[in-house]
Amino acid sequence: MLRPRIIPCLLVRDKGLVKTVKFSSDKYVGDPINAVRIFNEKEVDELIVVDIDATTKGLGPDLKMIERLAAECRMPFCYGGGVKTVEQAQAIISLGVEKVALSSALVEDPSLASRIADKLGRQSVVSVLDVKKKRFSSRYEVWTHNATRNTHLNPVELAPLLQQHGVGEIVINSIDHDGVMKGYDLGIVEQIRDVTTVPLSVLGGAGSVADIGELIKKFGIIGAGAGSLFVFKGSYKAVLINYPTLADREALVRAAHLRSA
Amino acid sequence: MIAIIDYGLGNVLAFANMYRRMAVPVSIARTAEELTDATKLILPGVGAFDYAMESFRRSGMYDVAVERVTKDKVPVLGICVGMQMLAGGSEEGSAPGLNWVPGMVRKLDTTHFTQRTQLPHMGWNDVHPKQSSPLFAGLEKDARFYFLHSYYFDCQDQADVLATAEYGSRFACAVNHENVYGVQFHPEKSHDFGARLLKNFADI
Repeated sequence: MLRPRIIPCLLVRDKGLVKTVKFSSDKYVGDPINAVRIFNEKEVDELIVVDIDATTKGLGPDLKMIERLAAECRMPFCYGGGVKTVEQAQAIISLGVEKVALSSALVEDPSLASRIADKLGRQSVVSVLDVKKKRFSSRYEVWTHNATRNTHLNPVELAPLLQQHGVGEIVINSIDHDGVMKGYDLGIVEQIRDVTTVPLSVLGGAGSVADIGELIKKFGIIGAGAGSLFVFKGSYKAVLINYPTLADREALVRAAHLRSA
Repeated sequence: MIAIIDYGLGNVLAFANMYRRMAVPVSIARTAEELTDATKLILPGVGAFDYAMESFRRSGMYDVAVERVTKDKVPVLGICVGMQMLAGGSEEGSAPGLNWVPGMVRKLDTTHFTQRTQLPHMGWNDVHPKQSSPLFAGLEKDARFYFLHSYYFDCQDQADVLATAEYGSRFACAVNHENVYGVQFHPEKSHDFGARLLKNFADI
């Protein structure tokens, strides 16, 4: 039986790991390589690393860092940050990365997904949508550049378009829920799930394993991403890398009564 | 010495690191000469079928690899798209495959799916070895591996199927024909299960 994926998402800034709240007030949480080693020991399902400076500072992906992380990773690894071209995506995959995540570049030009998929296959092309609820409205909008630019695009319209262009996975990242640890924004996930068939992963808001359980119960096969939950412990947010044990994860899956396909 | 064929695609370093951790001698091959004294080969692969075949052909290692596998009968393990390349061809593209294991690569059938999530098949799934094979020694029960693909290996001869997995329908996720082995999942990214399988290949 295929299992839902529980995915730590690590943010890199100035070669260190950070964790943000609502995309700002970032706190240093440690060394990326060290974190990967700990997640190896904990046998995590998958890992996402995003370089949050790469696009806003106009830098390309730091291939040296990606190579070091990929070589260390004993689990599937998805890299995002600053990827704008087919060549960059190819270079990253050739370093031993399974998936390349793109955000602003795909939002600006969804057809870039098909050009990358021609070389790398759809399964390795991931679109990250940073979404934020419009004020005084039930509508959501896609933001880019660490939530500083509003594209005014509706993610529920953009997601199927991206799928059509060859994206193999969509990560829905809630700006309002980032670092808040009060649960996922299930409403927007449901809207996007209804209009797409590619695997979805959700990021932003997980504050407990129960929040992940709720997501899995509702959506079955889904990627449950989290940052704060897996790097902080306790109400004072002491840095302590953690991850549910295999038995705990199996219990979540059992509670959701999943069936294969 | 196991040689990992580095033709520009796949997790070459991840394989090398895993073997080094297990103290299994391994080399990364980038030229034909580096394949000549290898006792085993690993053919990794990530990407679209045609692009992977084209990259392998252009690598300068293609002819020697074919000779080592088909004439010298050196054991080879194809991984993910590296496994798909072992077939005669793929529905994903038009390039001919290596044709080392009789069969064709086809798209996973999702027509009877009841769930929204369809392709790619992404995540950790159970792997059921069909026959006792040294490749799956110690992995007969409760083995799970990481999958990331939309196409699967449709074996011409069912006797070549080493293991199956289920996603909508049952499909071959590991194949073996003579000295040629292939797995659809990623052992290099499947923690201890993957380490075990790679060690088993080293011990064959």
